[in-house]
Amino acid sequence: MFEGWDAVALARAQFAFTMSFHIIFPAFSIGLASYLAVLEALWLWTGREVFINLFHYWLKIFAVAFGMGVVSGIVMSYQFGTNWSVFSDKTGPVIGPLMAYEVLTAFFLEAGFLGVMLFGLNRVGPRLHFLATLMVAVGTLISAFWILSANSWMQTPTGYAVNASGQFVAADWLEVIFNPSFPYRLVHMVLAAYLTTALVVGAVGAYHLLRDQHLAGPRVMFSMAMWMATFVAPIQILAGDQHGLNTLEHQPVKIMAMEGHFQSHKDGAPLILFGWPNQTAGRVDFAVEIPKLGSVILKHSPTAPMDGLDTVPRENWPPVPITFWSFRIMVGLGFLMMGLGLLSAWMRWRGQFYSSRFLHMFAMLMGPAGFIAVLAGWITTETGRQPFTVYGLLRTADSVSPLAAPAVGSSLLAFVIVYFAVFAAGVIYLLRLMAAPPHPGEPGPPRDVPARAAGITPAAATAAEDAS
Amino acid sequence: MSVAVDLATVWAFIIAFAVFVYIVMDGFDLGLGILFPLFPRKADRDIIMNSVAPVWDGNETWLVLGGGGLMAAFPLAYAVLMPALYTPVIAMLVGLIFRGVAFEFRWRTQRVRNRWDGAFFGGSLVAALAQGIALGAILQGVHVEGRQYAGGWWDWLTPFSVLTGISLVMGYALLGATWMVMKTEGALRDKAYQLSWVLLFAMLGAIVAVSIATPFLSVQYTERWFTWPNIILTAPVPVAVAGVTVLLLRSLANKYDYQPFFLTLALFFLSYAGLGISMYPYIVPQSITIWEAASPPNSQIFMLVGVAILIPLILAYTGWAYWVFRGKVRPGGGYH
Repeated sequence: MFEGWDAVALARAQFAFTMSFHIIFPAFSIGLASYLAVLEALWLWTGREVFINLFHYWLKIFAVAFGMGVVSGIVMSYQFGTNWSVFSDKTGPVIGPLMAYEVLTAFFLEAGFLGVMLFGLNRVGPRLHFLATLMVAVGTLISAFWILSANSWMQTPTGYAVNASGQFVAADWLEVIFNPSFPYRLVHMVLAAYLTTALVVGAVGAYHLLRDQHLAGPRVMFSMAMWMATFVAPIQILAGDQHGLNTLEHQPVKIMAMEGHFQSHKDGAPLILFGWPNQTAGRVDFAVEIPKLGSVILKHSPTAPMDGLDTVPRENWPPVPITFWSFRIMVGLGFLMMGLGLLSAWMRWRGQFYSSRFLHMFAMLMGPAGFIAVLAGWITTETGRQPFTVYGLLRTADSVSPLAAPAVGSSLLAFVIVYFAVFAAGVIYLLRLMAAPPHPGEPGPPRDVPARAAGITPAAATAAEDAS
Repeated sequence: MSVAVDLATVWAFIIAFAVFVYIVMDGFDLGLGILFPLFPRKADRDIIMNSVAPVWDGNETWLVLGGGGLMAAFPLAYAVLMPALYTPVIAMLVGLIFRGVAFEFRWRTQRVRNRWDGAFFGGSLVAALAQGIALGAILQGVHVEGRQYAGGWWDWLTPFSVLTGISLVMGYALLGATWMVMKTEGALRDKAYQLSWVLLFAMLGAIVAVSIATPFLSVQYTERWFTWPNIILTAPVPVAVAGVTVLLLRSLANKYDYQPFFLTLALFFLSYAGLGISMYPYIVPQSITIWEAASPPNSQIFMLVGVAILIPLILAYTGWAYWVFRGKVRPGGGYH
């Protein structure tokens, strides 16, 4: 099997597949960890039972999602070596330390405090427990910092030199870490994680409100989530715009692909809304476009000249159709999110926030929108920087391990089967947890119970299940 | 140059330390999974699972540090070894996925809980076996040309690597059994004692077999262990193994709670030190030394700062987490 296949294509497919699966979980757990910290803080501050109920409700969901993130993440840290050994050898001295710092400052922090966060409330008391929750939340953010720094360096490499063995080495670590695209990518991704989580929380709240609009827990979570959508979605669109301008400066070819600009425009480029990019012919078929608007958005002048892919050697073209379409999916969903935020604010003002079935249906349908937008966004940025792994310096085709197609093909097949089996089950369990409304006395200890020495462990609930 | 030499050695010790902490922490954790079929009662399984549920994630983080640290500090070794160990590494990752998700999934379903218990066992077994095989494959050396692995896709599979694979499974199972002695009570603990006896002899047999087989792999190993004056340094290792074994047998006979686990760790440490003596200064035996594989000094120094500050912190709060969940695990309250 897989004899005669292209080993490079298989390795790319494997990375794209395992990475896409993985990113879903961090995108959710970054936001959810922060949300849990907020819920616990509100509980400690106000003492209202609804907050600790919501905390325990989402904690169970967090535990399942986090576990899937961990195991799919371990795969990533070894895949660089198994499938991209030349890349690892050449860039290890630069991005290796960034990832090592991610492990040291973030992964250990999350993992070290996760056990206490999940099982330790009765053992350590509310204050230390809140500290543990906070550490997990901070850990997820630190993790985003380092991994996006590493990714951004691959997109916009600065502060490096090349040594005698052909390896990239750091000339200036601050320039490596804070490379030009990093601040934009970090803000864009963290906001995306927060929005993604808000949309899931909102959808779960809406689902339960559709059945009973008087439930305390769903009302609180729906309200919190819609505030996030109202404020963060517009900020995210602005952040995305800034990120795009930064990309135009440092990776103009990626912008050409995103915009479908095959041709150069000397006196103002159009904004192509839709169309079918034809990579072979070098044009966009069936294009629906608005004249000059492309230049207005990207250069803030209707007549600003813009280069197209016709100025770039063909062997350096990214796959235009994927970049073009994934970008549109992301942007479209972003505007839908803003629409949801605005509608919810309007309904709040009208006093129909908890009763509007339309709002609740809309919010429920938007539940997965964050994940799709995150995936589409990553596909845009990763496809758009092809055919390079280190932008302009190291080609993807020159980065792979000395691979045999059957080996990569078999491992790809194994990952596909395992991921679909395991993570499908996980998603079912998550949905099952979400389908039950949070109720008073959500399993988890009440406040101010003195710490006791024995077993705060998962056994009791199952014991209770068996008894019932 | 002298700075670079020292740094590479320091980093070799750091990576070795990370890998050893991983073995110490995830070893018993995987061992519990390997022993799972021997404890078919659901109540027992719940207790076994709960004895590691709060800490397993931290345990596996050391594996990420081992992989990430190797890429950062010795990128050439990482780039050569990963393709050489392609199949065992992928098998290990898949195994870890199955056992990792089982921790949460088995509480989320009544109907197919047995299936996730099976995944916990199978995943743990495959991961342990793959790690042991990888170790054997590294020890026997890999074929390198230029800066790349140049061997075949099945080079890792030899009688020797199968032996090291089975040995590690035995060793992890012993760690799991002695952990259970430490963390459980009553009939569960009694059964763990019985298992510990059997597994101890199995592990000793494995240590002897690997020790006899290793010198035949390469002249370098033979010279390292059996020539004057090296023998002054190497002889204490087998002597210490014998000493620890006596203590371990005594602690099992006296039914101590804590000693069996920590003495088993001592046995692991001695075996691990033995491996280090065999390999040093090669990171890919017989082809690449730690100095040839090392990152430039400014990468290694940059990370050394972080390691010096953060590893003590990590050990401190990890220790705290273990302290919070200290003592015997009993059936009791929870969030599930």
